[in-house]
Amino acid sequence: MSSFIYYIKPPGRFTAGLKELWQYRELFYFFTWRDIKVRYKQTSLGILWALIQPLAMMALFTLLFSKGWSINTGALPYPIFVLSGLILWGLFHSAVSHASESIIQHSAIIRKIYFPRLIIPGSAVLVAFFDFIMGFLAFLIFCIIYQQSFSWQAMILFPAGILLVLITATGAGILLAGLTAKYRDFRYTVPFLLQFLFFATQVIYPIHQIRQPWLKTILSFNPVSASIELFRAPLFHTALDWTLVLQGTAVSIVLLFTGIYFFRKTEVYFADLA
Amino acid sequence: MQAAIEIRNLGKQYKLAAAEPYIALRDIISGTVKNMFRHRQQQDDKFWALRDINLDIQPGERVGIIGRNGAGKSTLLKIISRIIPPTTGEATIRGRVGSLLEVGTGFHPELTGRENIYLNGSILGLKKADINRQLDAIIDFSGVSKFIDTPLKHYSSGMQMRLAFAVASHLESEILLIDEVLAVGDLEFQKKCVQKMEELSTGQGRTVVFVSHNLDSIRNFCQHCILLHEGQVINKGETGMIINQYVSAHLNTLSEKNWEKGLVSENNEVSLRKIWVHNQLGESCARFDTTEKIGITAEYEVREDHLKFSHGLNIYNQEQVNVFNAHDTKDIMEQGKKEKGLYRVTVWIPGNLLPEGLFDTGFALFNPQPLDILVHDQRALTFEVYTDFNKPSARGRYAEHFPGIVRPLLDWELNKTS
Repeated sequence: MSSFIYYIKPPGRFTAGLKELWQYRELFYFFTWRDIKVRYKQTSLGILWALIQPLAMMALFTLLFSKGWSINTGALPYPIFVLSGLILWGLFHSAVSHASESIIQHSAIIRKIYFPRLIIPGSAVLVAFFDFIMGFLAFLIFCIIYQQSFSWQAMILFPAGILLVLITATGAGILLAGLTAKYRDFRYTVPFLLQFLFFATQVIYPIHQIRQPWLKTILSFNPVSASIELFRAPLFHTALDWTLVLQGTAVSIVLLFTGIYFFRKTEVYFADLA
Repeated sequence: MQAAIEIRNLGKQYKLAAAEPYIALRDIISGTVKNMFRHRQQQDDKFWALRDINLDIQPGERVGIIGRNGAGKSTLLKIISRIIPPTTGEATIRGRVGSLLEVGTGFHPELTGRENIYLNGSILGLKKADINRQLDAIIDFSGVSKFIDTPLKHYSSGMQMRLAFAVASHLESEILLIDEVLAVGDLEFQKKCVQKMEELSTGQGRTVVFVSHNLDSIRNFCQHCILLHEGQVINKGETGMIINQYVSAHLNTLSEKNWEKGLVSENNEVSLRKIWVHNQLGESCARFDTTEKIGITAEYEVREDHLKFSHGLNIYNQEQVNVFNAHDTKDIMEQGKKEKGLYRVTVWIPGNLLPEGLFDTGFALFNPQPLDILVHDQRALTFEVYTDFNKPSARGRYAEHFPGIVRPLLDWELNKTS
C-alpha cells in the first residue's frame, strides 16, 4: 500500500501548496516544453520571433528619440539603453499576458484532470523567460557592437533585475489568471493595463528625467521600473536609486503573495467556472 | 484493512440560475445595486448534485457506478479525483489516483505521437523516468508504432484513442477512476482495453471505480456496483443484483406509456391512449430472453367514421441503430376503413430475432399511400432482451461477447459428401 493519502474537504484554510507543486515539478517542464515546441513547429521563423519584436521596437524608438525628440541618456548609447528596457519589459509583458489567459485556454484539461493549477500560469512565465534568454543574448551582442562596457556589479545586478521582473510577472500573472477565470472582463482589461503600464515604466525614458516630482513619486512604486533600474545601473556606471529599488521590490513581493493567495482561493472552482 | 476510498457525508451543491458558468463584473455590480433596494435577499435556486454520500471502497475492489443521466455519477468521480471541491462532508483517498475522465486529455495536434505520450503521461501523473521505461510497451500497446513520429493531427480519431488509452493503461497509480472511456474505439480494441483493465486490477491489486452507461461492460468488469439516483446512493452490492434493481426500476417506468389526454393527430381523427410491452401471456413485462416473443399493444380511439390508416413499428438498439421497421400491411388490405370507437392492436416481435440489449420502440398510425402520418411517437417504449442459457438460442453455449444487430436461429444442414 502506498503512503499517499489525500483528504478531500470543502474549501477551507489557505495553504500555498508548495510541497505538492514540487511533487509535480516535471509538469512545469512539460507544459513549457510543449508551448515552445508547438510555436517552433507552427511558425516558419520559430525562435527568431523572440528576437524580432524587441529589435524592431529598438529600431523604432532609436529613430524617434535619439535624433528627433531627444531623451538624454548620458554616455549610454540610446539603442543600448532602450534595448535593455525592452527585453525586460518584453519578459514582463509576455509572461503576464500569457499567464492571465492560461487558465481559460486550459479549461478542457482543468475539467478533466487534477494537478496543482499554479503550474499553468507558472509555465506561461517560464515560456516567456525562454524568449527573454534569446533577447538577452541579442542584447549582449549589441553591447559588443557598441563597445559598451559594464561594471563587475553586472554579475549581481543583471540577475537581480531579471529575478525581480520574474517575481513581479509571476505575481501579476497569477493574480490576473485567477481574476480572468472568475471574471471574463479581465480578458479585455489586461491588454489595456499592459499598454498603460508600458508608458508608466522607464523603458523608453529614464525615470530620473521626469520633471513633476509627484509623478516621479508615484511611478517609482513600479516594480518593473525597479528591475530596469537594477539592470541598467552597471551600464550607466552609476549608483543605484535605492528608493526606487526597495519600493519596487516591496510592491513586487506584495503582488506575489496577493496573487498566490487569490489564485489558491479561486482555483478550486476553476473546473466549475472555466 | 483500511479502505482505499472512504467517503463520509459527501455533498455537492450547485446554483441553478447562472446561464453562463463564469461571472461578468456587470452582474455583480447590478446585483449589488438591486439588493440595496430589496429588503429580503432573493433565494437562489440551488440543488444538490450529490447528497449524503457514504461509501467505503476496499483496495483491489472494482466498483461500477450506475444511474440515469444527472444522477451524479460524474460529479462523484470529479470530487474523488479532486477536480471540483465538495460542498459538505469529506473523503479520504489512500493511494495515488489516476483519473481517466477523458482519454487523451492535453493531447496537442502539432506534436508527434511520441511527444504526446510524454505530455499526456505527465499530465496524468507519470514521472518522466516512468514514461522512458514504459515507452516501448505503450507504443506497442497502441498499435500505431508506424506513425509514432508523425504529428497527431494526421491521426484518425481511432488512432488517437488507441494512443490515449495506451498511455492511460500504463498509469502506475493505485486507484483508477474511469468514466465511459471504454465506450470508444472498435470492438477489438475495446476488448483489449477491458482485458488490460482486468489485468491491472486483478494482477496488481488496483482499485478501480468505473462509471458507464454500458451495463454490459459494468457487468463484465465490476464485482460491485453502486446505484445512484438523484444524487444519493440507493444501493450498493453485488453487480448482478444492483443492475437488476436498476434495470427493473428504470424499465418499469418505460415499458408502459399512458397519455392522459391522448396523443391526438393534427385533425383530431385519432387519439393514441396507451401503449405497453408484454409477454405471450399478456402480462406487462420489460425483460425478455432472446428466444421469447415480445408483444406490443396499443390502444387508440378513432373519432371519425370511415377512417383509413395502418400501424407501424420502429425498433432501435442501444447504439441508436434502427434495427428494423414494420408496417401492418394486412390492416390496409383486408380491413380498410375503421368506424368510430376504441381499438386495441397487438404486434408480436418473434423470438430469436433481437440480441441482448436495450431497445427503444417507436409506434405510428399512418397512411402509406399517399404518405400521411397521423400520430408517431419515435421513442414510445423501452424493453430489455437478455440471454437465458437454459433455452436454445443462436448463441448456443457460447458465453463470450457475441456481436450482431439481429440474432436469428438458423437451420444448419450437414451432409457427408464423401
